[in-house]
Amino acid sequence: MNVLVFAESDNGKVAKASFEAATYGTKVASKTGGSATIVAYGKLDDASLKELASYGITKILHCSAVSDLDPSQLTRLTIAAAAESQAELIIFSHDYTGKSIAPLVSAKMKAGMVAGAIDYPETNGDFTVKTNVFSGKAFAQVKIKTDKKIITLIPNAISKEKQEGQAEVIAYSPDLGAASVSVKEFKAEGGDGINLTEAELVVSAGRGLKGPENWGMIEELAKELGAATACSRPVSDIGWRPHHEHVGQTGIAIRPNLYIAIGISGAIQHLAGVNGSKVIVVINTDKEAPFFKAADYGVVGDAFEVVPKMIEAIKAFKAGQA
Amino acid sequence: MNILVCISKAPDTTSKITFKDGDTKFNEDGVQFIVNPYDEWYALVRALELKEANGGKVTIISVGTADYEPIMRKALAIGADEAFRVDSEASDAYQVAAEIANYISSNSFDLVLTGKETINYNGSQVGGMIAAIIDSPYASHATKLEVNGSTAMVERDKQGGVEVLELTLPAVISAAKGMAEQRIPNMRGIMAARSKPLTVVPASVTETLTETIKFSLPPAKGDVKLVDPENMTELINLLHNEAKAI
Ligand SMILES: Cc1cc2nc3c(=O)[nH]c(=O)nc-3n(C[C@H](O)[C@H](O)[C@H](O)COP(=O)(O)OP(=O)(O)OC[C@H]3O[C@@H](n4cnc5c(N)ncnc54)[C@H](O)[C@@H]3O)c2cc1C
Ligand SMILES: Nc1ncnc2c1ncn2[C@@H]1O[C@H](COP(=O)(O)O)[C@@H](O)[C@H]1O
Repeated sequence: MNVLVFAESDNGKVAKASFEAATYGTKVASKTGGSATIVAYGKLDDASLKELASYGITKILHCSAVSDLDPSQLTRLTIAAAAESQAELIIFSHDYTGKSIAPLVSAKMKAGMVAGAIDYPETNGDFTVKTNVFSGKAFAQVKIKTDKKIITLIPNAISKEKQEGQAEVIAYSPDLGAASVSVKEFKAEGGDGINLTEAELVVSAGRGLKGPENWGMIEELAKELGAATACSRPVSDIGWRPHHEHVGQTGIAIRPNLYIAIGISGAIQHLAGVNGSKVIVVINTDKEAPFFKAADYGVVGDAFEVVPKMIEAIKAFKAGQA
Repeated sequence: MNILVCISKAPDTTSKITFKDGDTKFNEDGVQFIVNPYDEWYALVRALELKEANGGKVTIISVGTADYEPIMRKALAIGADEAFRVDSEASDAYQVAAEIANYISSNSFDLVLTGKETINYNGSQVGGMIAAIIDSPYASHATKLEVNGSTAMVERDKQGGVEVLELTLPAVISAAKGMAEQRIPNMRGIMAARSKPLTVVPASVTETLTETIKFSLPPAKGDVKLVDPENMTELINLLHNEAKAI
């Protein structure tokens, strides 16, 4: 089956999740005897396109005419590229852009869609895909019944893998029609730029930190590790941290390789958004805190003593590695 | 201003999730149901605020069986004026969106609001699908919504920041945290909700594009390995050598 992968551009660079989507698309295509094509948009520099070209894809259709996220234009672009590449399956990343475009493509093409896939599809017999449901508390195996199919892939669910060979990059400009929304401005979040949904390492803290003035050590720990920062819901509700750091059932769901939870009790709604993490470390004064039941490693202790020691230990570890 | 808010039913966030009938169905025994938080806290409340400021009407719609009615009454108690229930089991996002789109085409709305996702299926699909079927502009994950005449100003979450958009009404917008503050229904609202119209509409869509075959639960975690708080070097070593996480 031929596969089309939608690549997200992020300030002239390709988003990491798009390399995962490309890896996924290539594998499904080669397993089912087809080829994989990428549709990319926006102002992408040559280095990014070149990198994107090295994931086993046969060609990249690059449309530089559209740079803003206009849902109806990106929908038309995707549908045109799917026709051009005779794709039966379209892969998006389950990020804000994918979540906003994929359902439109699905409804326009009447292509059945599975949102939030965490694994490769089963293709022997029915085409089924494993996905996160109940905010990460469970999984569902969902069958797509239509000939044309759409999958949005959760970031960090599979690892990206380069392949031999380079795809051809083709300038692509199908008729996109008029824009349906007008983008006035983009307000960047600032910070060190590690995107929480894509981050492999995350340091997160909760109400146990007592106040926003105490986040210095959390940020320092994150910086030493090269991690993104996150927080529990009450912490963002009271304004100690920005709302985009709120993880959990009603915040964002993440699945990093390492999640370090500091001064967070581990309420069921918090766990829902983080229990897909591969390794969980919990630091809490209360040895009965429910989070320890979901943890791989635990430290029963006071964050104000443990975190500075941890920062020292990481510095020493990095010095030893160097 | 005529606003339609799409309301879905979700298990309370503290629910323990289990399955029955050979893991093919969600086990509802002992589960409390609520209005999906994004639909209630943000979409519905913002719709009510816009009505309070500009006049008009807030209608809610659900695609679901009779067991949706308690949560629909709750939405009426919070302040919606009128409710429609499309009498059909919600089994896939396309089917739900197509039902709602059919309803919209025979009634006219300036604004259609959904939640950013349901907390049980987490698809973020229905809003966009409605927009595609009725050919309306769409903005997803909106954290702020202002309306000025026939223009909507939206701030929406995007990777790495917030995008500011303008859309011409009618439009479909999915609501995320920040758009409004949760409202608790008062006694007067609860009493009034009993006599507000809740109309049952027959289903018109039979087509589904997907089908859930089986559910499963994540494997149980093994026991936590406790590390001495004085010995963070050991923790770092474990994370490097054993867990291979750093
Ligand atoms: C509908 C609904 C949806 C929700 N969605 C979410 C969600 O998406 N995400 C989310 O996070 N929450 C969510 N919640 C809230 C959730 O139920 C909890 O209230 C919340 O997660 C608790 O945050 P916390 O762990 O930071 O604070 P607390 O529960 O107050 O826990 C603080 C922890 O810090 C520990 N502590 C105190 N001092 C120290 C110290 N010096 N060093 C180390 N540890 C210390 C304490 O022992 C305690 O375990 C939701 C709730 C509802 C009702
Ligand atoms: N059965 C339903 N009836 C009415 N609205 C729904 C239904 N299911 C989903 N929605 C709306 O669509 C949004 C997104 O749902 P989902 O695509 O399932 O994540 C929800 O927040 C609701 O506003």
